[in-house]
Amino acid sequence: MNGIPQGLEQKANEIILRYPPEHRNAALVPVLFEAQKSLGYLSPEVEAWAASTLGVTPVRVREVISFYSMMRREPAGKYHIMFCHNVACSMRGAESLQRYLESKLGIAAGEVTQDGLFSLAAVECLGACGWGPAMLVGEEQYFQLTQEKIDKILDELRQGRMPAGDSPTPLIGNVGLPTE
Amino acid sequence: MHRLSVARQHGAYEMLQKALTMEPAQVVELVKASGLRGHGGAGFSASLKWSFVPKDKFPRYVIVNADESEPGTFKDRLILERDPHALLEGALICAWAVQAEAIYIYIRGEYFYPTKIVNQAIEEARANGLLGERILGSDFTCNAHTHPGAGMYICGEETGLIESLEGKKGQPRFKPPYYPAAIGLWQVPTIVNNVETLAAVPWVFRLGPEEFAALGTPKNGGTCLFSLSGCVNNPGVYELPMGFPLDGLIHNLGGGILENRKLKAVIPGGSSSPILTAKEARGIRLDFESVAAAGSMLGSAAVMVVDETISIPRLLLWVLRFYAHESCGQCTQCREGTGWMLRLCKQLLEGKGKSRDLDDLYEIADAVDGTTICAFGPAVAWPTKSYLKKFRHEFEALVRE
Repeated sequence: MNGIPQGLEQKANEIILRYPPEHRNAALVPVLFEAQKSLGYLSPEVEAWAASTLGVTPVRVREVISFYSMMRREPAGKYHIMFCHNVACSMRGAESLQRYLESKLGIAAGEVTQDGLFSLAAVECLGACGWGPAMLVGEEQYFQLTQEKIDKILDELRQGRMPAGDSPTPLIGNVGLPTE
Repeated sequence: MHRLSVARQHGAYEMLQKALTMEPAQVVELVKASGLRGHGGAGFSASLKWSFVPKDKFPRYVIVNADESEPGTFKDRLILERDPHALLEGALICAWAVQAEAIYIYIRGEYFYPTKIVNQAIEEARANGLLGERILGSDFTCNAHTHPGAGMYICGEETGLIESLEGKKGQPRFKPPYYPAAIGLWQVPTIVNNVETLAAVPWVFRLGPEEFAALGTPKNGGTCLFSLSGCVNNPGVYELPMGFPLDGLIHNLGGGILENRKLKAVIPGGSSSPILTAKEARGIRLDFESVAAAGSMLGSAAVMVVDETISIPRLLLWVLRFYAHESCGQCTQCREGTGWMLRLCKQLLEGKGKSRDLDDLYEIADAVDGTTICAFGPAVAWPTKSYLKKFRHEFEALVRE
């Protein structure tokens, strides 16, 4: 089918097997998620394909896409950055760091750079509150961000290298015995 | 520890083997004796939930709630990344106890790395006879799958999660009648438990219910993973006995407040919990009853520390920005109220606030509190009302006229 990334059909068929045959439409979110991973966004062709593959109405697909904040109908940059500006990260300086990141990229949150390399989203909580400020670049996680660390990450990305993320998540917590 | 070979050296799946020799009802009884309570936020008894499954309705499912999205909470991430077999073992024991045919692990979409590790663990378990047909040579057959969320806080609410898992918008269902244990995923009995709750189940068996219970307080069995964040020197995840003193967590384990500043307030149970002033927080113990007696809630045990440099109206802005973004849109008062409150708070911080805005803010919060389908309404109302009540002077200082 035109406009459907290669391998997606097969991937979708694998995902569908996780659910009882009469509930194949449960695969909608994971299938759209996979489609977005390979295409970068959810095109009208992908929407139509997902609807017919899973036996749901096109409006249901659109409704689901509009509900979940990680799904998008516009292309993102090659490197999509999700920067957390929620409570815990903001207590550790995320707001000023976000302004720094925006000035380095030359875009505001919600925009894509002209060369299509970066897009930035300010997001609500990445579940990394103890290691904030935190961000994701694509699927890679970066914690305890500073201006220097952001510089390093962006430099490597501009040279086409994906810097190693903070995985597994570090254990900052003191591991000594509990004392009162 | 995330690899099966290492986990098995530490005894992983031995307790599943033991549970499979017991009657399902005995398993429920054993967990009941341990006093294990849900670590997702509500603190509901785990075994009681399991016992609500109607006797004659099949199939049944177990859902692991790994949506972890209450701001301040980041403990389940560590279990997913570092000890996924403990989670699988606990989920399988639960599945045996309620006779479920499959486990769905609903992991928030932002957790790419944790999802990868859990998928790896599922593959390893399947290849070694720990998942699938006739587990460990018994008659028990059960599969496990991960299912990604795609960025919505409300999908951590159990009925919202179920809607989402069914391939829809994750808008919560009415309770009653939709208590998942009776009418859950695809309208059949479904147990939804948090990651930490299920990962503790093998320990209930290993230690025995009495010893497990004795780790905590009389009404709070076992230990708890505390997510410590905000203005402290050593933020992170701490496993502590239930009832551990808050002061010890912040000043001792947490290394005290950043740059020796003064403590202003503590948010003890995630961003939805009412704030405690430094004075109110002094001397309290971290279990469900003690935190409630102090006027807040333990929730997901996410302790956020607020020091003297943080402005409370600004803190409210961050909190309201979150709830306004995450409201699922189903109930009018929540959908409209959260946005309205955010606009009022913004105006105040921009120096355009009027004194009646403070009353409006409080009244809107009050109108959302307890009037919505799910607990999202109270979750935005409680912080808002408590910040306004306890730090009113900081809000008044922003009012121009």
